[in-house]
Amino acid sequence: MEVDIAGMAPGEQRTVEWRGKPVWIIKRTPEQVAALPKHDSELADPQSKRTQFSTTPEYAMNEWRSRHKDILVLVGICPHLGCSPSSRFQAGPQPSLPDDWQGGFLCPCHGSTFDLAGRVYKNKPSPDNLQVPPYMFEGDTKLVIGKDEKGEAKA
Amino acid sequence: MSFQEKQLPADASFGDKALNWIDARFPLSSTWKAHLSEYYAPKNFNFLYVFGSLALLVLVIQIVTGIFLVMHYKPDANLAFASVEYIMRDVPWGWLVRYMHSTGASAFFIVVYIHMLRGLLYGSYRKPRELVWLFGVGIFLCLMAEAFFGYLLPWGQMSYWGAQVIVNLFGAIPFIGPDLSLWIRGDYVVSDATLNRFFAFHVIAIPLVLIGLVIAHIVALHEVGSSNPDGVEIKDTVTESGIPLDGIAFHPYYSVHDIFIVTIFLLIFSAVVFFAPEMGGYFLEYNNFIPANPLKTPPHIAPVWYFTPFYSILRATTSDFVYWLQAGVAAYVALIILRTRLASKCKIAAAVIGLLIIVGMFIFDAKFWGVVLMGVSVMIMFGLPWLDTSPVKSIRYRPGWHKYIYIVFGIAFIVLGYLGVQPPTPVGTAIAQVCTFLYFGFFLLMPWWSATGTFKPVPARVVYHPH
Repeated sequence: MEVDIAGMAPGEQRTVEWRGKPVWIIKRTPEQVAALPKHDSELADPQSKRTQFSTTPEYAMNEWRSRHKDILVLVGICPHLGCSPSSRFQAGPQPSLPDDWQGGFLCPCHGSTFDLAGRVYKNKPSPDNLQVPPYMFEGDTKLVIGKDEKGEAKA
Repeated sequence: MSFQEKQLPADASFGDKALNWIDARFPLSSTWKAHLSEYYAPKNFNFLYVFGSLALLVLVIQIVTGIFLVMHYKPDANLAFASVEYIMRDVPWGWLVRYMHSTGASAFFIVVYIHMLRGLLYGSYRKPRELVWLFGVGIFLCLMAEAFFGYLLPWGQMSYWGAQVIVNLFGAIPFIGPDLSLWIRGDYVVSDATLNRFFAFHVIAIPLVLIGLVIAHIVALHEVGSSNPDGVEIKDTVTESGIPLDGIAFHPYYSVHDIFIVTIFLLIFSAVVFFAPEMGGYFLEYNNFIPANPLKTPPHIAPVWYFTPFYSILRATTSDFVYWLQAGVAAYVALIILRTRLASKCKIAAAVIGLLIIVGMFIFDAKFWGVVLMGVSVMIMFGLPWLDTSPVKSIRYRPGWHKYIYIVFGIAFIVLGYLGVQPPTPVGTAIAQVCTFLYFGFFLLMPWWSATGTFKPVPARVVYHPH
């Protein structure tokens, strides 16, 4: 599936439907990208090494979990029981979130929290990070979801 | 033996002749007698004994309104939501039929919960009524399945995400889980395939099982006879013709009594249907008036009220709580070994099972154990007839402090239910964890506490004050 991401502003999120599930495309600001490696100690699996639920593609096995540091592509389904987490990009204290919130996602069903790379915080119901689907760029502005150099995504 | 028909006098009325013709071919009069006009029920029933009849009434309401809903509903992911709105707005009296059905669902659970409470208080599940109780718990499971499958059909946001979460619960089972939830859904996501099969279960499969179990429940009850608030067996004291001295014919004595209470029930039921069909978001959740959107979960999702006690137990099972569970299992095994007179084989089996569970809790994550606890919290009711070892049936003749155990259990159940409709908070989770221990403690420790204390003498005949 192809998405044209030309003209996405920093901080913008788009949701597209891929195989019946929401896929988020988020253009992070440089400050958000710079902040990502700083809270690794609070995360359950900062390097995305777990493979029990989903395997993170090699090109996303980094702290920003993406090919380009700014563009994040995630399947917007919580690995716990399948709700779609809400975007809570605003940092700082707010309802249902810790006071040192850095911006990220909150699952409304059972309260799992994820950072702006979709990595789950420790001691949360979700057993894994949000899934990164296989994807690749064709040119600068065309994003292909569900397919990369290794071929089509498996079920 | 050849076919024989009773000969009536030539001047017998047409009605008598017709009945005679039928009775020779079908047990009409004898069934009427066995289950109604000559079914002797204890004369000391109180108000709580009407809820069985009320449950039957609600079942009839659900079936009749359900038939009319199916005439207009479209089980198709593209059409379902709109067809429900069509029923509400365009179908003559459709809104009434649908509100009766949705209110009936909640009414069913209110009535059945009170009916079960009655059984718990007066020991209605004790020998010889174990099968009555087992069929009853089966009915309760069917009701839960009916409610779950039916809730997807309006294809609103709560329908969709509720089904998503519950089907994914099965995904937590080790090894087979992901394939199992895929098989249940019939797709990788909740979709049209899921809606169609849930519709089939809601309108055909589960109702058939439900009606079969209701018949089995009533037949088993009428075989052994009803219990009563004193827990006295009225069949122990009978007249020369074998009729219980403390029994009165169900019809007309209790049928009149039940019909009177049915009018009061229908008064309340109608008030809800006409004035508060959504019941403040508890009977019909507000988010379900938004069409299903697979891309966005509503900000707060919770099951309908009747599922929340069990849902709270699921949510209370966090990875930290698993350590408490391990301690609980270890303590329970120790109790079985030290404080029972079971054969040593049974004790070894208990120790092995306990050890396996404790080791399993290290291996499989908390999500799975949450699902297990939720399942066990319902299934444990099947064990009630054998967990209760009290020498008396009714709470009336138990030691006074037993009442406090029932009250604590009741409070724990209601608190779990309340927490289940609230968003998760750390304090709420801690309280739910305490209540989870109280809930399971009530059942699992019952073999000990139910036999402890000074019991009051049970009279030979029922206590009855004419008025």
